[in-house]
Amino acid sequence: MARGPVAIDRGAIWPGLAVLALVLALVLGPLALVLAQAGGAGAITAADWAAVRFTLWQAALSAGLSTVLAVPVARALARRRFAGRAALVTALGAPFILPVIVAVLGLLALFGRAGILGRALTALGLPPVPIYGLQGVLVAHLFLNLPLAVRMILNGWAAIPPERFRLAAALGLAPRDVARLIERPMLRATLPGVALSIFLVCLTSFTVILIMGGGPRATSLGLAIYQAFRLEFALGHAASLAALQLALGLAATGAGLMVLRPAAFGAGRGLASLAPPADPKWLARIADALAIALLALFLALPVGLAALAGLAHLPGLEAEVLRAGARSMVIALAASALATAGALLAGQAIAHLPARSGRLADAAAMLALGVSPLVIGTGAFLAIRPFADPVRLALPVTLLANALMAFPFALRILAPDLAALRADYGRLSQSLGLTGRARLRLVTLPRLRRPLAFAAGLSAALSMGDLGVITLFSDPAQATLPALLYQRMGQYRMDEAYGISALLMGLSFGLFWAFDRMGRKDADA
Amino acid sequence: MMKSLMIAGLLAAAPLAALAEEKPVLTVYTYDSFTADWGPGPAVEKAFEATCDCDLRYVTAGDAAALLSRVLLEGQNTKADVVLGLDTNLTEQALKSGLFAPHGETSARFNLPVAWDDPVFVPYDWGYFAFVYDKTKVKSVPASFEELGKSDLKIVIEDPRSSSPGLGLLMWVKAAYGDRAPEIWKALAHNIVTVAPGWSEAYGLFLKGEADMVLSYTTSPAYHVFAEKDDSKAAAPFREGHYLQIEVAARTATTQQPALADRFLAFMTGPEFQKLIPETNWMYPAVTPAGGLPAEFQALIRPEKALLLPAAEAAALRDKATEEWRAALSQ
Repeated sequence: MARGPVAIDRGAIWPGLAVLALVLALVLGPLALVLAQAGGAGAITAADWAAVRFTLWQAALSAGLSTVLAVPVARALARRRFAGRAALVTALGAPFILPVIVAVLGLLALFGRAGILGRALTALGLPPVPIYGLQGVLVAHLFLNLPLAVRMILNGWAAIPPERFRLAAALGLAPRDVARLIERPMLRATLPGVALSIFLVCLTSFTVILIMGGGPRATSLGLAIYQAFRLEFALGHAASLAALQLALGLAATGAGLMVLRPAAFGAGRGLASLAPPADPKWLARIADALAIALLALFLALPVGLAALAGLAHLPGLEAEVLRAGARSMVIALAASALATAGALLAGQAIAHLPARSGRLADAAAMLALGVSPLVIGTGAFLAIRPFADPVRLALPVTLLANALMAFPFALRILAPDLAALRADYGRLSQSLGLTGRARLRLVTLPRLRRPLAFAAGLSAALSMGDLGVITLFSDPAQATLPALLYQRMGQYRMDEAYGISALLMGLSFGLFWAFDRMGRKDADA
Repeated sequence: MMKSLMIAGLLAAAPLAALAEEKPVLTVYTYDSFTADWGPGPAVEKAFEATCDCDLRYVTAGDAAALLSRVLLEGQNTKADVVLGLDTNLTEQALKSGLFAPHGETSARFNLPVAWDDPVFVPYDWGYFAFVYDKTKVKSVPASFEELGKSDLKIVIEDPRSSSPGLGLLMWVKAAYGDRAPEIWKALAHNIVTVAPGWSEAYGLFLKGEADMVLSYTTSPAYHVFAEKDDSKAAAPFREGHYLQIEVAARTATTQQPALADRFLAFMTGPEFQKLIPETNWMYPAVTPAGGLPAEFQALIRPEKALLLPAAEAAALRDKATEEWRAALSQ
């Protein structure tokens, strides 16, 4: 990394630091307000610590498994070309952006007692798949996160300048040597960030752990926070637990970033990206085909089953639902713009800061993943109430919360490329006197089109799924699609709920797909 | 010319504005499904405004627990005149806050399975918790928790730490079995497929076929008959009796419209409000309307014994009962 010799470009740093300050304020401000309202923190109990242990254990397992399993699939996808590959790569975003309850029902339609597998086993006289328990939590977290991990690692492969593979081919390197000299350093740079993101997502997992966990053996910190807020009205206890969750997230981020090293391949000449050499041995071919097929099945079956359940009820949806859909789209696009622009600025600042302060800034940014929606919602309510009617600001609050939640993902997607850009083009830009906006327009944006589009698409789709932070001041007249989904489910109207979820899946995936297309035009990822 | 026209316009509009301001506003806090198009809210608003010469305004929160959270956060500054939608699991916390005031005399004669003389909270609907099943799939229906525990039937329940029905089930077992509760839970452990965060998730899992029975209400089958012409669902009557959930409203201590708030509470127990309840909230009305209950309610089971722990006692028992539940199911 050529950090030292290049003078610090202040223009690249200040806007990003301002974004980071805002993120910190949005994460810590609500917590401080809740604490102030409670009049002090509450004690953490023995049951809470048990929940912490289980939460950390399942998050570590989920992150480790997802990352390890993602590597062979990503490698297979990177080095093989086949019909439908582009569609599969785009579809990798699908599970991650499903509303959790929809994803869980889809998974159970496959693995559950009444699911396809379960019924097949019962017909054979065998017991159903033992899906409930730690294994169920892991399967669900794999389903939600493995595709994202594959996608992020695949981006790492695509970012290797094609000259390196050509040189390897010219030198007659065997696949094993390519792996050692080119692919392993890339994985070394990418995997810690991937594992960290998944760990943080699973740290705050709530619905998945309860439903798939099968009972109180699987109790999460998220449940303890919910209980303190909503059933015990113990704000002090709730604030302590939320602070603990943030601290755990921060510690994990610290550890993750310590081992994170940017790859240093040097700049390419911007040639069309090249697939790594495909191992011609038949064993390797079969292994690759198997990895891809298994992932495709693991993805397509639950998603397809979840979509099917709702398709029939789509035509019957009322105008109210369609209005909510439009509202959710607007929020998603705005939140995506905020999150992506913020992540670009913050990522640029992080890449330009000296290594240690850069890591500190990066950790601060990732804090947003450990935040509790209940804290955000309560904090926003407390902040707004003295000045205005919170209901009037319900949608802006939702937008901001969604942008905040998507921000760390966008940052993780952009960070490796921004670091590489700084290392490869930093000196050239500086010697040409390219700074600020000109540099953004001429260097950063063109080189980053692919990850930017991916980040924007993912942020938009994530925002469609909504955080549901405004339960304290929800207004049915301006409900979002996920809010309507839960409202219908709560009133026996399951058919409508499935219809809404199909619409939600369609819109989320449509947004994701549209952005992703923009990034991959005349380039194959 | 323009100016004088505008002034004339303003003068003409002034009396109207004054008239609108004179109408007192009654602010009712409730959960959002109450005010949905298919909920009772819109019809209630129209009917009450026709008699009160006032403006009824709803302020909503996502669910009953969020509703109480909001009122507790607002404290003395709350704009609520009436809070509608708390259930018997939440009333103790609400009472202790001191934010609610005794209601004026109501002449309502409640059709609740238990005597009700709470000075603060006025019930508007109620239901029995029950295990609901599919008649076409479950042939031998358990008639008690003990029989359920001995059977191989699979059930989905709600977590008492995140949902009101879950807490209701906890109190049901406690009210029926007292110190034997841990034993009952241990016997049920092998029946429980999973514990859902809330009623919606549990009921969704049941409808998807993940379990033979789900903890819901005796009134649940009525919805399927009414909306889906499906009479395959039924609730299992349990010998030890069924625990009650009662939904209530109360007026706040800080209301500037105490008389109007009392009038609303009286209206709430009257026929115009009560006749809306069965087919919007899928619960029993607190006061059976003159025309009786809708047809789909006639076939429902009517438990012989109703169980309900006094709110203060249930609140005091909660931590211990939750711990017993957790310990029994964690083995």
